[in-house]
Amino acid sequence: MFGLILEMFTYPFMVRALCMGVLVAVCSALLGVTLVLKRYSMIGDGLSHVGFGALAIATAMNAAPLAVAIPVVIAAAFLLLRLTENSKIKGDAAVALISTGALAIGVMVVSMTTGMNTDVYNYLFGSILSMSHGDVVLTGTVSAVILVMFVFFYNRIFAVTFDETFARATGLNAKLYNTVIAVLTALIIVVGMRMMGSLLISSLVVFPAVTSMRTCITFRSVMICSAVVSTICLVTGLVISYLYAAPTGASIVLCNIAAFITFAAVQKGRECLQSSEKSL
Amino acid sequence: MSLISCEDLAFAYDGVTVLRHLDFKVEQGDYLCILGENGAGKSTLMKGLLGLKKPSAGTVSFGEELRAKEIGYLPQQTPVQKDFPASVREVVLSGCLSGMGMRPFYAKAEKDRADRNMQALEITDLKDRCYRDLSGGQQQRVLLARALCATKKVILLDEPVAGLDPLVTINMYRLIERINKEMGITVIMVSHDMQAATKYASHILHLGEDRQLFFGTCEDYRHTAAYHSFMDGEKAVHIWKKAAGKEKKPRAASPEPEEKGEKEKKEVQQ
Ligand SMILES: Nc1ncnc2c1ncn2[C@@H]1O[C@H](COP(=O)(O)OP(=O)(O)O)[C@@H](O)[C@H]1O
Ligand SMILES: [Mg+2]
Repeated sequence: MFGLILEMFTYPFMVRALCMGVLVAVCSALLGVTLVLKRYSMIGDGLSHVGFGALAIATAMNAAPLAVAIPVVIAAAFLLLRLTENSKIKGDAAVALISTGALAIGVMVVSMTTGMNTDVYNYLFGSILSMSHGDVVLTGTVSAVILVMFVFFYNRIFAVTFDETFARATGLNAKLYNTVIAVLTALIIVVGMRMMGSLLISSLVVFPAVTSMRTCITFRSVMICSAVVSTICLVTGLVISYLYAAPTGASIVLCNIAAFITFAAVQKGRECLQSSEKSL
Repeated sequence: MSLISCEDLAFAYDGVTVLRHLDFKVEQGDYLCILGENGAGKSTLMKGLLGLKKPSAGTVSFGEELRAKEIGYLPQQTPVQKDFPASVREVVLSGCLSGMGMRPFYAKAEKDRADRNMQALEITDLKDRCYRDLSGGQQQRVLLARALCATKKVILLDEPVAGLDPLVTINMYRLIERINKEMGITVIMVSHDMQAATKYASHILHLGEDRQLFFGTCEDYRHTAAYHSFMDGEKAVHIWKKAAGKEKKPRAASPEPEEKGEKEKKEVQQ
């Protein structure tokens, strides 16, 4: 089996998938922590469905998929952020409307034009074979921006995530941070969609954050733990999908579920230990 | 010039005015308590002072020695924070950001400042604990330490004792008193608690339905109908009648003092 794994990385497309996958995994995990804590995780889900709609329309028009998807998804990010911030018009319901609406439009466009072919299947469930050189460059750029931002603005991102009102009162431009985070989420979702598929990409945003929140007690450790867990799950998922010819996106999500269950069990175990210590 | 002065200040949401004709001044070292019922606009006024909400009329002006971003703030608790994974130290340190300009990382000065404030509020031994695992009173002290990191002069507290049990509440009031007396920090506090307000504060601002019922020193406040309608219904009526006889139109308290007095009394007893 070890030989098989070594052999796996002699294929250039596998190495490319691994590099891109790790970058996407780390970035989406970092963004995921703030999104989950700010109760914005539905935005990630909504954006990926909008992404599918945009890709379907791009295919129908014979346009470059990313050239259409990126601006559309960024516009959707602005819209969803506005809706979620404004609690008056039931933010979560509005996100659900947009997300299912975009999916329906995508499905309709597909069935009226090309029909359910491999391309469309790949948009929905992802494929590591569909990634081009351009995708690699884009992923690298977006990830670099996200990583630099998280290093240099880490303390400010913490402040805005923990307490937006206080952050604004002490002079931070919280709206700007929210917008930048939404736009970067949009970008990472579009590039990650190629590999994970639009139906599964948002799990990369939500799972690592929720998993590490089971056991970590500082913000910094949640951030680091999310990135590490996400990377390990991605690599494991990739290997599993190679060994057993399983779908990549689904394998990665299953690894994330396993990680979540493990962390939740550790948390439960600790709680039991603590309460039994107390009762002694 | 006063530290903070408000002239004919008004606030509105979507065109509906919730507060109007506010006139008051805060001097260095004051302990101002803002009283009023739920929905009177206390939090709105706090946000106005912080520059988070634009007044629909009037002005807020600061003395030369104070800039708007140098105010420490303890917000009304939001549900988001209740299960937040962050250490006490991380939360307190985040108060120091306001004085850092564009510098991305905390320097020794900020860390010392956070340590000092944690010491002052007796939470040093909690510093590596997780914020979500603390009791309500401990969480409030952490947020108070954070607010102290953000200021050297003024601190705004929005219902700092809401939801705390009586013993913890008294402790909290003592801490706030020490912040005011020993550190010389001006305190502006929103509260429901008339008794504590008149005990600790130097000045009172009482907000009614949509306007200011009283502003002045705590001493003067004890002689107004607004105060007695909270504390003692009958005495309020007495003062009311006297005031009505003298100047026809009393400047304080609500239209039906008798009814209101009874109602308030019941609430106080509960
Ligand atoms: N974001 C908002 N949008 C619209 N109305 C608001 C908003 N926040 C507060 N209000 C209204 O303003 C009034 C004052 O609210 P608030 O300042 O929170 O009162 P308090 O803190 O004294 O309980 C209330 O009637 C409330 O309904
Ligand atoms: Mg309030």
